[in-house]
Amino acid sequence: MIQLEKRPQPSRLWTFLTPMLAVVITMIVGGALFAALGKNPVEAIRTIFWDPLFGEFAFYYRPQLLVKAAPLILIAIGLSLGFKAGIWNIGAEGQYIMGALAGAGVGLAFYPLEAAYIFPLMVIAGALGGWAWGMIPGLLKTRFGTNEILVSLMLVYVAEQLLAKMALGLLRNPDGRGFPGSRNLQQYPSAHNAEIIAGTGIHWGVVAALIAVIFAYILFTRHLLGYQIRLAGQAPKAARFAGVNPARLTLVCLGLSGALAGLAGMFEVSGPAGQINIDFNVGYGFTAIIVAFLGRLHPVGILLAGLLLALTFIGGENAESNLGLPAAAIQMFQGMLLFFLLAVDVLTNFRLRWKTAEVV
Amino acid sequence: MTEPLLRLSGLTKAYPGVVANDDVSFDIQAGEVHALLGENGAGKSTLVKMIYGLVAPDRGFMQMHGEAFSPKEPREARTAGVAMVFQHFSLFEALSVAENVALGMETPPPMRQLSERIRDVSNSYGLPLDPSRTVGDLSAGERQRVEIIRCLLQDPRLLIMDEPTSVLTPQEVEILFETLRKLTSEGVAILYISHKLEEIRRLCDQATILRHGRKVGTCVPSETSARDMAEMMVGNSFATPARADHRAGDVILELRNLSVPATSTFGISLKDINLSLRVGEILGIGGVAGNGQDELLAALSGEVRSARDAILLQDKPIGKTDPTARRAMGLLAAPEERLGHAAAPDMSLTENALLTGLTRQNLHWHGVLKWSAARNFAESIIVKFDVRTPSANVAARALSGGNLQKFVIGREIMQRPSVFVVNQPTWGVDAAAAAAIRQALLDLASNGAAVLCISQDLDELLEISDRFAALNEGRLSDIKPASALTVEEIGLMMGGAHGMEVAHDPA
Repeated sequence: MIQLEKRPQPSRLWTFLTPMLAVVITMIVGGALFAALGKNPVEAIRTIFWDPLFGEFAFYYRPQLLVKAAPLILIAIGLSLGFKAGIWNIGAEGQYIMGALAGAGVGLAFYPLEAAYIFPLMVIAGALGGWAWGMIPGLLKTRFGTNEILVSLMLVYVAEQLLAKMALGLLRNPDGRGFPGSRNLQQYPSAHNAEIIAGTGIHWGVVAALIAVIFAYILFTRHLLGYQIRLAGQAPKAARFAGVNPARLTLVCLGLSGALAGLAGMFEVSGPAGQINIDFNVGYGFTAIIVAFLGRLHPVGILLAGLLLALTFIGGENAESNLGLPAAAIQMFQGMLLFFLLAVDVLTNFRLRWKTAEVV
Repeated sequence: MTEPLLRLSGLTKAYPGVVANDDVSFDIQAGEVHALLGENGAGKSTLVKMIYGLVAPDRGFMQMHGEAFSPKEPREARTAGVAMVFQHFSLFEALSVAENVALGMETPPPMRQLSERIRDVSNSYGLPLDPSRTVGDLSAGERQRVEIIRCLLQDPRLLIMDEPTSVLTPQEVEILFETLRKLTSEGVAILYISHKLEEIRRLCDQATILRHGRKVGTCVPSETSARDMAEMMVGNSFATPARADHRAGDVILELRNLSVPATSTFGISLKDINLSLRVGEILGIGGVAGNGQDELLAALSGEVRSARDAILLQDKPIGKTDPTARRAMGLLAAPEERLGHAAAPDMSLTENALLTGLTRQNLHWHGVLKWSAARNFAESIIVKFDVRTPSANVAARALSGGNLQKFVIGREIMQRPSVFVVNQPTWGVDAAAAAAIRQALLDLASNGAAVLCISQDLDELLEISDRFAALNEGRLSDIKPASALTVEEIGLMMGGAHGMEVAHDPA
């Protein structure tokens, strides 16, 4: 009989090993799934994990990896602040949209003026847009005790409606011959978030993601706020005893995660996406939740998890087009990753023991 | 010599890394009250679990009336006549007394019949209880009666009681003892687990003392001093707390009509509490658990705010001040619940040192934490208060209760409070550590701090307090000098017997 025995302290080794174990189990079970669909599992796994990095067309995929990973990491870092404190912002997708709208809106307001200050202003506007959208669930929670999970999630749909409204109305390209969507910011140099080094995929969003990782790392290891966040998440009563103000912490965490999601949206709309359009958001805000947990809410873990998930996106698209795997199978594969991570998580706090029934 | 009711012979039980019981043998005679003594972790609960069928011994055997007795589960033990009253009640507050009793039975009789039997048993043992009352409305003492009656309905031959008096006022203890004496006169044996040595001296006929899982001695409690018993439990002698001469100084903390509404559904509200605490004194606050102790500590620590003028620290109103600012002003507190309230279980001792030491120990610079200073602070607590731990990097939850308590108390005392509020300073702490903590509180007071000590251990309060008051349903009794108080007076201050009466034969 297998028994779970609680460890006196969480195992450090397993904290690192469980994400890798989850990836391995996902590969095995995912491979079995692909095999059941009549595809060669080894080839499918190779197409997803190997080809984008080291295959024939890696020169094209590697920059794509950074472009896709950057918003995931940036958003996930913000979410991890709240998740560690037990504050559940599920609406990063909405904050991402609002950041993009605010950033693009500021940029387009200056069109066609060319000036160096436009892009920095757009960055600030993007952060503010996301921050404001994150503060709504925060204020409602601290004032009226509403549930931030529900409010932040519902605000995603409000943001999507606003996005559609803007793409069809206020921000629509006047020269666009009636098509929905704004002007393309890639063709407006002062507002374009261009690659810093051509051909690498590194744009300002990638830089921001790296800064966010470092910032979060320092926050959690060196700063009082990071300590208070961890304390509030692990032992809320002890946090109150220590003098942590829960309402303030809620606002700080929701505001910060909103601002980072807003930044991600702003860098995306002014760079890879180029324009505000109805289908601008592709789910980065939700996938970032998986990234945050896959990365153990640890900044470096989130960096690696963001790259890994970006890899499965790119590889998954390849597998779809090259091997004819259905998109649903790829999504299932990605879902498995989080599922198995949560399942093997138990090993961090418990150890498995084989026990024979006690003889009497 | 008659055949014993229960004979334990060479019982041994090992868990990974620790031998909980090592070759324990003793007899329990019918009709005796047998005390089981030992510090926390001495193996008392493992032993009891073996008798009650919750744990199987690795070696050794038990005999009941000369026949092999090896219960595989509590049901078998109950069938054989073993009943147990646990320290923590397992009652449903929303159900009636009779319904709660029925839930614990294999084949409950119809409710009307059961109520009848509950009434019979409760009357004949002096445990008056209305079977139709809702458990949520009962006092702690009355809830314990439900548990006892639940056991008595099984016609037990051996009744195991784990720390039964920790929730009772002195008057209620007296009533319980009468009931137990009546039971023993009918031939029931009682295995009585407690750390209150004076009680054991009054009630018990025999005592078996465990230390580190081994039986280290037996004694007749009425003929042995409490101190000798304590030293047998600890294994060596320890200093009794003693205080230096002192005189009470100026008032440093004052509560004026402090009222705080209950923060949760089952919480207690504080009602019109008035007191003044002087420099150099220890004010002891007694009371049965759940009468506002946690709420009083929270109101003083600043976790719960009150009217601004209700709390005055050195004449400054601090009712609306947050915990950090109160600490900066010299008001420190240590709550009862060690894990999760006074300390974060999964955080290291260094991180936990930061929890309250942040401001007064100057452990941050504009929000940037000084980890090495925090670590030094944690290590100085560990050294000064003899906290047994491999290092300051160990998670708080890995420490034993006594060691963590020494750390938590030490953390505050090391910060030189001018007022120190502590709730249950020695709860679940071994005798030697408890003596050390009490000594530290006395030293703190004689060095010019004021101490407000909330505790449910009356012996402790009488040992260290200058003045004494009791909390009862959120109200504070009059404050009286501790030296002049009798146990009866204290009991009345705590709310008397809560309407219960002594065991008597039905008329």
